Amino acid sequence: MAEIVLTNIDKRRTPAGGWRGIAADWSSDQRAFKNVSWGKAMMWIFLLSDTFIFGCFLLSYMTARMSTTVPWPNPSEVFALTIAGQHIPLILIAIMTFVLISSSGTMAMAVNFGYRRDWRKTAVLMLVTAAFGATFVGMQAFEWTKLIMEGVRPWGNPWGAEQFGSCFFMITGFHGTHVTIGVIFLIIIARKVWRGDFETERRGFFTSRKGNYEIVEITGLYWHFVDLVWVFIFAFFYLW
Amino acid sequence: MVDVPSDVFAGIPPAEVGEVDLYHPRSWWTRYVFSQDAKVIAVQYAITAMAIGMVALVLSWLMRLQLGFPGTFSFIDPSQYLQFITMHGMIMVVYLLTALFLGGFGNYLIPLMVGARDMVFPYANMLSYWIYLLAVLVLASTFFVPGGPTGAGWTLYPPQAILSGSPGQEAGIVMMLVSLILFIIGFTMGGLNYVVTVLQGRTRGMTLMRLPLTVWGIFTATVMALLAFPALFVASVMMLFDRLLGTSFFMPMLVEMGQQTKYGGGSPLLFQHLFWFFGHPEVYIVALPAFGIVSDLISTHARKNIFGYRMMVWAIVGIGAMSFVVWAHHMYVSGMNPQFGFFFATTTLIIAIPTAIKVYNWILTLWRGNIHLTIPMLFALAFIITFVNGGLTGLFLGNVVVDVPLSDTMFVVAHFHMVMGVAPIMVVFGAIYHWYPKVTGRMLNETLGRFHFWVTFLGAYAIFFPMHYLGLLGVPRRYHDIGQTAFVPASAHDLNAFMSIAALVVGFAQLVFVFNMIWSLFKGKEAGGNPWNATTLEWQTPQTPPAHGNWGRELPVVYRWAYDYSVPGAARDFIPQNEPPARSAPQGIHP
Repeated sequence: MAEIVLTNIDKRRTPAGGWRGIAADWSSDQRAFKNVSWGKAMMWIFLLSDTFIFGCFLLSYMTARMSTTVPWPNPSEVFALTIAGQHIPLILIAIMTFVLISSSGTMAMAVNFGYRRDWRKTAVLMLVTAAFGATFVGMQAFEWTKLIMEGVRPWGNPWGAEQFGSCFFMITGFHGTHVTIGVIFLIIIARKVWRGDFETERRGFFTSRKGNYEIVEITGLYWHFVDLVWVFIFAFFYLW
Repeated sequence: MVDVPSDVFAGIPPAEVGEVDLYHPRSWWTRYVFSQDAKVIAVQYAITAMAIGMVALVLSWLMRLQLGFPGTFSFIDPSQYLQFITMHGMIMVVYLLTALFLGGFGNYLIPLMVGARDMVFPYANMLSYWIYLLAVLVLASTFFVPGGPTGAGWTLYPPQAILSGSPGQEAGIVMMLVSLILFIIGFTMGGLNYVVTVLQGRTRGMTLMRLPLTVWGIFTATVMALLAFPALFVASVMMLFDRLLGTSFFMPMLVEMGQQTKYGGGSPLLFQHLFWFFGHPEVYIVALPAFGIVSDLISTHARKNIFGYRMMVWAIVGIGAMSFVVWAHHMYVSGMNPQFGFFFATTTLIIAIPTAIKVYNWILTLWRGNIHLTIPMLFALAFIITFVNGGLTGLFLGNVVVDVPLSDTMFVVAHFHMVMGVAPIMVVFGAIYHWYPKVTGRMLNETLGRFHFWVTFLGAYAIFFPMHYLGLLGVPRRYHDIGQTAFVPASAHDLNAFMSIAALVVGFAQLVFVFNMIWSLFKGKEAGGNPWNATTLEWQTPQTPPAHGNWGRELPVVYRWAYDYSVPGAARDFIPQNEPPARSAPQGIHP
């Protein structure tokens, strides 16, 4: 089903801004969000739903941490690395956070070049974003390995409350899965951009629909969301 | 109610949509099996939901046999009884009612009622059904694994759900949780489609305040489901880890069979909060589509506009929002701070206000209407009565001091069966009798339908009305056999036997209904395009059943709200939504 070109936008009336504009849009026909495509609306609503998933995970973690009677391991100590004889707390997490936030920057540039129809730069920037994401997941794997070597398991750890390990593996695992899916998503879309699908209006393999450069922005929405979630995990799990 | 000046559309050519962007099926497989057409997906959802619902119906028979005639059926042991209860509850609430209302009616009615050609993302919609089917198959296969399905009760409370004392601890609970996770993933794919279709996929002239209440109910319920199912998803994942990896999210330190378990430090209350943060909105996820559909049934079959349309819409939205802040009224006996009890009792009673508004508006719609006692109307009336009944007992259970003695008795079972079992099922039946002619092009048999209605309606009261009394006596729920106790008089046992016989009769009446659906598919009376003389868009399609793409070449244009029945001065007693106002009718789109 194709998106319908809006034919009845009244050119005589200037669109109202602010609350009046919102009220006018919501009481109009066809679309509640006037310049938002179906795909973008769907991604926003999905992200709202996903927010509730991460919200529940984080709230559960906070409940466990606040109600435990056993000491909670100190994250600054647990996630410290000794580099060149220096004992630096949270250094790996800091680098991971930096990498992920940088990837949001390259993603935003990809969206910009996408709308300029500069397919070469768009595809390259998306691949750079994917590479940052893969680096993040790689460092996550390194961190998991290090903790597992030190004896941290989902059902216990040497330093205190066993919920520490279970929450850590569950939350970072779930977030890492999101990043991995994002990397795959980015590579697929970058390939489409590189091949020129959106110039030639090639149809999708599964959906047999024509795409356009907006999919770069939709991918970007997801990517920025995953990034934002990491900021909350960083604040609540590592810095608390 | 033509609330837009009629010259707004003057001179605008009708919207045309290129044929090309609809995915056209090329083979039998893509037309009927792996179809991307929302109408086919709806029928697939409905058939799957009803099939697994029949399993749950048989389970309820087995439970009633045991309760009515304890000791007679030696093949039902206590473990199996608990398994039957669990599977009956979970199937009926999630896999039948949620799937049927949102996946079945939502898929069929949303695109047709808002004047769209299909859901916005048909491919994701198709995936939604197949993942749902997978979830159902995983659930059904637990009957055949070692240890059988889980017997933890549909609420799956830890710690007992995963301890060895509970039946189905081996594989049943794991597969139940996996099935729920699959269901949520599948539902999310469909749910996003429904929401975006309503918000962004409407036809010209279809404003939100012209949507039929059916769409409002399903839309609000879907938004709620997208926000409530995450809590169940998280709870399921965490319990799965507790069971499989030995984490202790929900498991406190405890002794089992004289041995200390490996668990320690988890919070069972956390699970209850997560579960009911999903569980209470779930009640309204089932109820709101029923509210919406019944409004349309009443208005159409009483030939009268719905009373207080805007109030009805805001009541639906208000109930949806309120339902997220009442969840802990399921936990009065769980050991909460009394201040919380006070808060949640207050919000629970406040939610009765929009609900009461809706009931009054249904009654005022009927008031001096031209009531046709068709089968959909009978079911709609039965819904109002049953819902009021169940709602009133809800006021008992919503108050902490009254709830505490009634908690975990048959009174609770009677209450929720009335309010979210029988009442929505009445709407499901009414809706099937109402829309079957559109889906198949044939009417359901009237005589069989009336038989089905009266047996189901009176039978449901024969089952659940006495159950309130048993609950007041103190008969506990979830007991395999209450035996001889001082506070349960012998007459209560006779009552139990009576209820069980009623349950068997009601169950068999559903077989009549299934027979009617199959028989009428081939032998039913030809329905024509609009047998009920209804106004909403789905009855104005060029073909019946509607073809792929719904509308032929041109999308309909909407000029009025969905409830122009018995308009004074009009030629007929209904004016379809796509009929232009008389003054400036350009070409005259007459159905």
